[in-house]
Amino acid sequence: MNMPFFKYGMFGDEVSLIVAFVIGIGFGFILERAGFGSGKKLAAQFYFTDMTVLKVMFTAILTSMLGVYYLSVIGWMDLSMVYLTPTNIMPQIVGGLLLGFGFVIGGYCPGTSCVSASTGRIDGMVYLLGVVFGIFGFGEIFPMVSGFYNSTFMGQVTLPQFFNLPYGVVVFLVVLMAVGAFVAAEWGEKNMAKKAGAKK
Amino acid sequence: MSTLVQTSETEKVKSVSVPKPYWNPYLSGIGLGLVLLLSFVIMGRGLGASGAFSSGIAFVLEKIAPAHTNANNFYKEYLGDGTKSPLKDWLVFEVLGVFVGGFISGALGGRIKKTIERGPNITDRKRLMFAFIGGALMGIGAKLARGCTSGQALTGGSVLNLGSWAFMMCVFAGAYALAYFMRRQWL
Repeated sequence: MNMPFFKYGMFGDEVSLIVAFVIGIGFGFILERAGFGSGKKLAAQFYFTDMTVLKVMFTAILTSMLGVYYLSVIGWMDLSMVYLTPTNIMPQIVGGLLLGFGFVIGGYCPGTSCVSASTGRIDGMVYLLGVVFGIFGFGEIFPMVSGFYNSTFMGQVTLPQFFNLPYGVVVFLVVLMAVGAFVAAEWGEKNMAKKAGAKK
Repeated sequence: MSTLVQTSETEKVKSVSVPKPYWNPYLSGIGLGLVLLLSFVIMGRGLGASGAFSSGIAFVLEKIAPAHTNANNFYKEYLGDGTKSPLKDWLVFEVLGVFVGGFISGALGGRIKKTIERGPNITDRKRLMFAFIGGALMGIGAKLARGCTSGQALTGGSVLNLGSWAFMMCVFAGAYALAYFMRRQWL
């Protein structure tokens, strides 16, 4: 097996756009199935009343991480051919915080707002306008912020490389952490439900 | 009294439409993970969202103000060398699919509804204002971080990208830090 197929030239750019569209349909379908078209459900994550965001995100990361890892272990997939966004640690930390603010203020992230808008949510549509405005604003001030944007460059670096641990060990640690988070989430939801019940 | 109110409320909901329940979160997560894995296997890249909007913006601006747009390195990255349209881009097509997929799932589940998602203690106007501000912050943040929840957290997260994990922790930290001040919007 020569994975990723596209990198081995099994099909060209035109076909890759069809693949993109089909994968996007799957992505949007699942996001909506999970309840991510609803800003209320997404925001509930940050009030510990509904931990669906955490559960879905970490289950997805585990599934995909384990899949990629085992496909590379059995030699079907060349992990070095999978695109890795280079790390610029400071802009990514600041960007992450801004994104977190935007998430709890706006109720969505860019992907989920598409699903929200396409299922009729007005706030999702307005949020998308906000995203477009924000990106446009960033683009216009880019010449002024490009210094910070390109600062603290670390290149393509993974957690195993950074902590000097074998890849499999980090995979195992992520699984442990995720399972811990699931247990905490289930416990937290039950606890919050009890509290809400007591208040009534 | 409270039971009486509850029954009348459930009846009202039933008479309008009966949206089917969402999937179990772990099942949705496995589904989402498999879509992402498929993207890695077929394309050697993961999912994304915000990048598609950048391409769209660069495309429109180039039509309106070509000199201004081409002089800006941020837009230039999305415009490429000019040999092909910035809209013939992988993420643009993927995000079009996201709209379609979300609509299909919503339609099958009876969840298409023209509504505004908000808590009971905020007006529609204010909620829409916050939606716009949140979106704008997200747009800036996603560009600064070189990706959003899908491109960085999900995609980078599952290939153990260092920057993606730092980013993901900061998203949760930022959202929890501000949650208290936003409670009137949601609770």
